[in-house]
Amino acid sequence: MLSWLIGLGLFALLWLFGKPVAGWAFKIPHGLRLPLKNWIGGGMKWLVEEAYFGLFTVTDLTRFLAEVIDFPYRIALSLLSTGLLSGQGSQAVQLLPPLSWIAAIGIVVLMGRYAGGWRLAALVGGCFGFLAVFGQWDNAMITLASIVIAAPLGIVGGLLLGLGGHRWSWFAALLKPVLDLMQTVPIFAYLVPILVLFGFGPTSAVVATVVYALPPMTRITMLALKTVPDEVRDLGRMVGCTPRQMTWRVMVPSAMPGLMVGVNQVIMLSLNMVIVASMIGAGGLGYEVLAALRRLDIGTGVEAGLAIVALAVALDRLSQAFARRIRSHAEDLPQGLVRRHPYTAAALALVPVTGLAGLAISLLQSYPESLQITTGSVWSDLVRYINVNFFDQLEAFKNLLLLNLLIPFKRFLLSLPWAGVVILIGLAGWRLGGWKLALQTALPAYLIAAVGLWSKAMITVYLCGISVAIACLIGFPIGILAAERDRLWKGVQLAIDTLQTLPSFVYLMPAVMLFRVGDFTAMIAVVAYAVAPAIRYTALGLQQVDPQLIEAGKAAGCTRWQLLTKIKLKLALPEILLGINQTIMLALSMLVITALVGTRDLGQEVYIALTKADTGRGLVAGLCVACIAIVADRLIGAGAGRLRRRLGLER
Amino acid sequence: MHRVLQAAALAAALAFAPWQAQAEVESNDPIKLTLHDWTGQLITTQIMGEVLKRAGYNVDYVQADYIAQFTGLKNGDLDVAMEIWETTGRDAMDEATATGQVENLGETGMQAIEEWWYPAYMKEVCPGLPNWEALLDEDCAGAFSTAETAPLGRYLGGPVTWGGYDDERAMALELPIEVVHAGTDAALFAELESAYQRKAPILLWVYAPHWAPVKYEGEWVEFPAYEAACYRDPEWGINPDAAYDCGKPRGPIWKVAYAGVKGKWPGAYEAIKAFTVGNDEMGAMVAEVDLNGRTVEEVVAGWMADNEDRWSGWIE
Repeated sequence: MLSWLIGLGLFALLWLFGKPVAGWAFKIPHGLRLPLKNWIGGGMKWLVEEAYFGLFTVTDLTRFLAEVIDFPYRIALSLLSTGLLSGQGSQAVQLLPPLSWIAAIGIVVLMGRYAGGWRLAALVGGCFGFLAVFGQWDNAMITLASIVIAAPLGIVGGLLLGLGGHRWSWFAALLKPVLDLMQTVPIFAYLVPILVLFGFGPTSAVVATVVYALPPMTRITMLALKTVPDEVRDLGRMVGCTPRQMTWRVMVPSAMPGLMVGVNQVIMLSLNMVIVASMIGAGGLGYEVLAALRRLDIGTGVEAGLAIVALAVALDRLSQAFARRIRSHAEDLPQGLVRRHPYTAAALALVPVTGLAGLAISLLQSYPESLQITTGSVWSDLVRYINVNFFDQLEAFKNLLLLNLLIPFKRFLLSLPWAGVVILIGLAGWRLGGWKLALQTALPAYLIAAVGLWSKAMITVYLCGISVAIACLIGFPIGILAAERDRLWKGVQLAIDTLQTLPSFVYLMPAVMLFRVGDFTAMIAVVAYAVAPAIRYTALGLQQVDPQLIEAGKAAGCTRWQLLTKIKLKLALPEILLGINQTIMLALSMLVITALVGTRDLGQEVYIALTKADTGRGLVAGLCVACIAIVADRLIGAGAGRLRRRLGLER
Repeated sequence: MHRVLQAAALAAALAFAPWQAQAEVESNDPIKLTLHDWTGQLITTQIMGEVLKRAGYNVDYVQADYIAQFTGLKNGDLDVAMEIWETTGRDAMDEATATGQVENLGETGMQAIEEWWYPAYMKEVCPGLPNWEALLDEDCAGAFSTAETAPLGRYLGGPVTWGGYDDERAMALELPIEVVHAGTDAALFAELESAYQRKAPILLWVYAPHWAPVKYEGEWVEFPAYEAACYRDPEWGINPDAAYDCGKPRGPIWKVAYAGVKGKWPGAYEAIKAFTVGNDEMGAMVAEVDLNGRTVEEVVAGWMADNEDRWSGWIE
C-alpha cells in the first residue's frame, strides 16, 4: 500500500510540475530511441531475399508450402465453384460442372440430419438456402472453399500446439508471447512479407487466416486440459493408460466442451478474415462486401455480410454436432457398406444424379436468377429514415459522450509523461508478481516510447480502454442472464455469432452516416466486435460450475443473489478473466478497421505503412499493439492470480 | 502433383476442346490483370482484358488490393495493373519501379481531379463560392462547423495516406477551418450521402473520375491554380511565408506491369501501352454501373461495340 502511495504521489508530481525541469520524461530524447524500424525492415528483406539453407532459400520453402496448401484448395474450389477446368485464364474450358446448388444443399442437410437430427438439418439447409435465394451462391462457394482449408488447419494446429503447451511447461512459456503476437499484430503489418513468401492469391489468404484464427484454439486447449478434474486423470493412471492413450482417450474427450468453444472461435475468426483475405486475391463474399460499400450500396453489403454469417452459423453448428456425436456414438454397425453408411451413400448418389439433371435443366445446376430475391433499397431507406429524422438527437448524444468522456480521457492520457507511466507500470508489475513481472511489463512499455510511437499508443489505449470497459459492462450482465436460460442462450449465441462474423465494414459505413468519421464511430465498431467474448466466456464459466457446489449453497440457505456472487461468479472467475483477456485482444485486433474511419492511433500507423509498402514501419507499429496487449494481459493475469489465491481457489 | 494435374488437364483440353480460331500469340499463359474495389478500375481493366482476348491472348482477372498488389507485380505473381493514380499511388509505384521489376507503361489518358467540394445548396449560405475567398468569411466557414471543431469550420479530407497537404493549405490560406481526415473513401462518401440526404452543410475531398460528382450536384472550390512553384517556394502566391497556398495538382492515372510482360507477350505489351480512354467517357460508364444498375460486363461490351476502330488500332 505504502509503495503505491509513494509511487502515485511521485507520478502526480512529475505529471503536474515536471515538464519544465524534466522535459525528457515527456518527449523521449534521441539518445534513448531505438532504430527498430530499420532493423526489422532490413531483417525482413534479408529473410525473403537472401536467407539460404544450403539447398534452398526461405522463399523456396514457403513457396513449396504454398503449393502444398494450394493443392487441396484447388480441389475444394473446383468442387464448389469453378468445376473441373482445363487450361488457365480466359481460355480455360470446363470439363465437369461444380456441385450444383441442389446437391450442395442436399449434402449439408444430410450431414445435419446425421449429426444432429432434423432440427439441425433444417437449420443448415436454411442457411445454405439463404445463400442461393439471395444470389450470393457463387461468392459464398469461393469463400467456403478457403474456409474448409483454413479452419481445419487452424483447429488441428491449435490443438496440437495446445497439447504441447500442456505437456511441457517450457513450451507453454515460449508459446504465450508468440500467441499474443499472432493475435494482436495487425494482419496489415505483415501482409506484404506474407505476399512475398507465399505468393499473391488465395494461399496467402489461407495462411493469414490460420495465423489469426489459431491462437484461441491453443489457449483454450491449454485451459481446458488444465481444468480436467483430478479424479479423471487418476482414473486414467489407475487403468494404466500410456501417455498417448492418456492424451487422446482421457484428457481430450473430457476437455471436449472447452475445446468446442475453441473450434467455434476458429471458425468465427476465419470468417472474420474474409474481408482482408479478399484484398489479397481470395475474392468471394469479402470482395462483394467491400465493393458494395464503396458504392454505398448498403443493401448488397448487408446481404453479402449476412451470407458470411449464414456460412459461419452452418459450419459452427455442424462441427459442434459432429463432435458431440463422436463422443456419444459407438454403437454396433449393421452389415454392408451402404447400410452401414446410409448418409454417405445418399450424398454420393446425389452428386451424379443432380449433376446429370443439371446438364439437362440448367436451373438445377445453378439457382435461377429470376427466383432470386433481394432486400433492395430497404436497408438504404432505413438508414436514410434514421438519418433524416433522428440525426440531431444522435448527434446530441454523441457530443455529450464525446465532450464529457472521450475527449477529456484522451487529453489526460496524452498529457502523461512516458517515463512516469513506464515506471508506474513496472511498479504495478513488481507489486503483483515480483521483479520478473516488473521487467516483463515495463520493458514493452519502454519499447513503445523508444520507437517514438508513444502518443499514438496512448490514443490506442484510450480508444480500446473505453471500448473494453463498455463491452464488459454490456457483456457480463448478458452472459450472467443467459447462462442458465437455455432458450435465451441460444438466441444470444446467434446474436454474438452474427456480431463476430458480420464484417464490421457492413455496419461501419451506416455508422459513419449517422455519427460522422472519428473516435465515436470507431468505438461503436470495437464494442460491437469485442463484446462477444465477454458474453461467451462469462456464460461458459457459469455453466461449468460444479452443480454439487450450487446444491450445497442452496442447502446452506443462500439467496439467488448470494448464490450468484458468492459461489458461481467466484468459481467462474478464470473463464471470465480469459473473457476479458480475449475482449482486449479482439478490441486491439479491430484497430486496423478503426483506422478506416479516421482515428489517429497505431492502427493508422500500420495502415500508412501498408500504403507506403514500408514493412519495417508496419511491423514496429504492430509490435507496439502487441506490447500494449502483453502489458494488459500480464497485469490482469497476475491480479487475477492474487485474487484467486485470496479467495482460496488455487492451491 | 499439382503441375502434373494441370498438364493432364491441358492435354485433355487440347484433345476435346474446340479451339477457337485465334491469332498466333507469343504465349498462351494467362496475362493476370488486377481488379480493385472501385467501378472505374473494373471497367478500365475489363476493357483492356477484352481487347487482349480479341487479340488472342489468354487473360485472367485477379482480385487484389490497390497497394498490396505491388508485391505481386514485383515477383510476377501478377502482371498488369491498369489504374495507378498519380495522387494516391505514386509512392508505392515509385518504390516498385525503382526495383526494376515493375515497369510504368504510361498514362491511361484519364486525369485525376481532386479538390475541396461542396453541394450546390451550400451556395445559399456562402454566395461567394466557388471562389475560395468565400471561406475566409467566418459565417461561411462556421456554417460547416461541428461540436468538435466549433467555432472553426470542418473540412473532411481524404485518408492521411492520400497526402494532399490539406492541413498545410488551410494554414497557408489562413482559412478558419479545421481539417479532419476520413479513413477510407467509403467513409468519405458515406458522410457526403448522409449530409446530402439532410441537405446539411458539408465540405469535403471529392475526386474524379468517380460516381459522386455525377450523382450529387455540387462544385469544386476554386483555389489559386496549382503550379509546381507553389508547393516548393513559400514566396509564391498570396501568403509569402508559406507554401501550399494554392489548389491541388491534377495528375495522370498510370498503367503499370511486371517487367517480364515485355519479353513474354510483346504484342500485349504494346497494346497495353497504347490503351487510352478519356475522363468524360469513363465518368459516363461509371455512372451507368453505379447509378443505373447495369453490370460492368454490359457496359464494357457496349464500349467495345462502339469503339472498334480505336481498340483494333491498339492490337495491330
